[in-house]
Amino acid sequence: MATDAAQADLAVNLLIFILATFLGIELIRHVSRLLHTPLMALTNAISSVSIVAGLIVLSEPKNDFVLILVTVAITLAATNIVSGFMITGRILRMFRRRDPNEGKKKEQQKGAETTPK
Amino acid sequence: MNDVLVSYLYVISVILFVLSLRWMSEVKTAQRGNWAAASGLAIAIIGTLLAYYIQRVDLLAAGFVIGALIGSPIALRLPMTAVPQRTAMSHAFGSMAVALIGASEYYNRGASIDAFTLSVLSAEMILGFLTFTGSIIAFAKLQGLIPGNPLIYPGRVYISLSTLAIAIVLGIYFVLNPGDSIILPIMAGFAMLFGFLLVMAIGGADMPTVIAILNAYAGLSAAGLGFVLDNKVLIVAGSLDGSSGFILAVIMSQAMNRSFLNVLFGGVGAKIAKSDEPKGGQGARQVTGFTVEDVATILDNARTVIFVPGYGLAVSQAQHVVKELADVMQSRDIDVKYAIHPVAGRMPGHMNVLLAEAQVPYDELWEMDKVNPLFPETDVAIVVGANDVTNPAARTKADSPLYGMPILDVDKAKTVVFIKRSMNPGFSGMDNELFYLPNTMMVFGDAKRVLTDLLAALKKS
Repeated sequence: MATDAAQADLAVNLLIFILATFLGIELIRHVSRLLHTPLMALTNAISSVSIVAGLIVLSEPKNDFVLILVTVAITLAATNIVSGFMITGRILRMFRRRDPNEGKKKEQQKGAETTPK
Repeated sequence: MNDVLVSYLYVISVILFVLSLRWMSEVKTAQRGNWAAASGLAIAIIGTLLAYYIQRVDLLAAGFVIGALIGSPIALRLPMTAVPQRTAMSHAFGSMAVALIGASEYYNRGASIDAFTLSVLSAEMILGFLTFTGSIIAFAKLQGLIPGNPLIYPGRVYISLSTLAIAIVLGIYFVLNPGDSIILPIMAGFAMLFGFLLVMAIGGADMPTVIAILNAYAGLSAAGLGFVLDNKVLIVAGSLDGSSGFILAVIMSQAMNRSFLNVLFGGVGAKIAKSDEPKGGQGARQVTGFTVEDVATILDNARTVIFVPGYGLAVSQAQHVVKELADVMQSRDIDVKYAIHPVAGRMPGHMNVLLAEAQVPYDELWEMDKVNPLFPETDVAIVVGANDVTNPAARTKADSPLYGMPILDVDKAKTVVFIKRSMNPGFSGMDNELFYLPNTMMVFGDAKRVLTDLLAALKKS
């Protein structure tokens, strides 16, 4: 009985897996190469949603050994979540455009180039 | 009731994860993407806490407190040169977490677990445990704790593949004999041994690809855990992470003109040791060194300059001097760009981050495909700490190991200034044709010192 249910779910889960993989490939292909490092930090933090699985196991642990394993896992995942989102934010804050003064100069140059036309 | 609620909260999480990657596509919206992903994760956690009654909230809180205590100082203080190490470590943590949750799911259900679930569980654990040790070794190599060169010994491919085969056979036996719980740690041990051997055999130059592949594995094992627990948000998050790692690995290996399998089992270092012979012949060719004053004279008359930074730039911490140099040039109306090869640095996109840290505006950072057509109109190309990615042999010499690798067409610039510590070849062990071109000026010395001297010379003139 349990097996039947698991296999019915398998088809749905497989569908989700395949669609999400294709979607992921399309999304990632459009990510600017500038941002590949923060992207990796971010997707890693996202996959730490495995902490949710840890919580579910933690809701009905059979013995202390399971409790220890899950607590270690939750700690590892929580470390990834905290440092993953924080470092992604920190890296992204470093990316800046040319500062306004230089920008103006650039625009003037561009203006000078285009006005003769 | 709560079961229904949590399903809908998971739907919101998934939407936020997808939007987050969408927003990561450009710098303008990337910060929003980060917040979206963090909110999605928070919603998934809150939803789970609502649906499942957790007695030991103290353990959960302890996990978060310890996680924050370890995670936040790393995130706040880590130098940008060390970001690849942190990434390797986060793959190790993530895959270990997934493997341990998988193991605890088995110990919870015991022998009553059905064969299908146990087979997915075994596969997920093998993947998780091998990614764990593989990432630890990648970390140790990047951090310089162990030598970066590949560990080569006869028959290593067969030895490492047989450890994987043993782990898989144990996994199959385990599925057939679910009560035999002693199998689990042995299987985990062989998987970890495989991950260890796999990455030990890979050289430092291949680290960008290796990190991306380990990223894909970590994501895939998380998705596997989602199958085991029938948790859809985990399946989606794992597949997004896995496909991201996969795409980045493809980009990295294309940029080095190698296949995945070649990176994993090729052992670049080994091939190079054999192809040493052309070096002797070229030893006869003489290279003249130029001074920074010579370079300053050339720069005085330049209108367009492209910097070509490689990891050597980061090693000598010269990004900031490059930025100062660029500022001086820009104040003299010289157009400055940076040409970024996809494998510049030690993980995908690393060089962009290093230069952004030095406050180089990102619109001056140019991808290889976009900057290559500009070299023929460029007065001076300054190569700092890069080598193989500028070697014209990749275009012309069919017998070169670099042949076919996409390179930056530095040689087409009117003048090439090549700053180099010594005449040692790059990672590939190949001599660089660029050194002998008539339009190349070699300047020998530590990148940071040469650039600092150049800055002084330029200010004087």
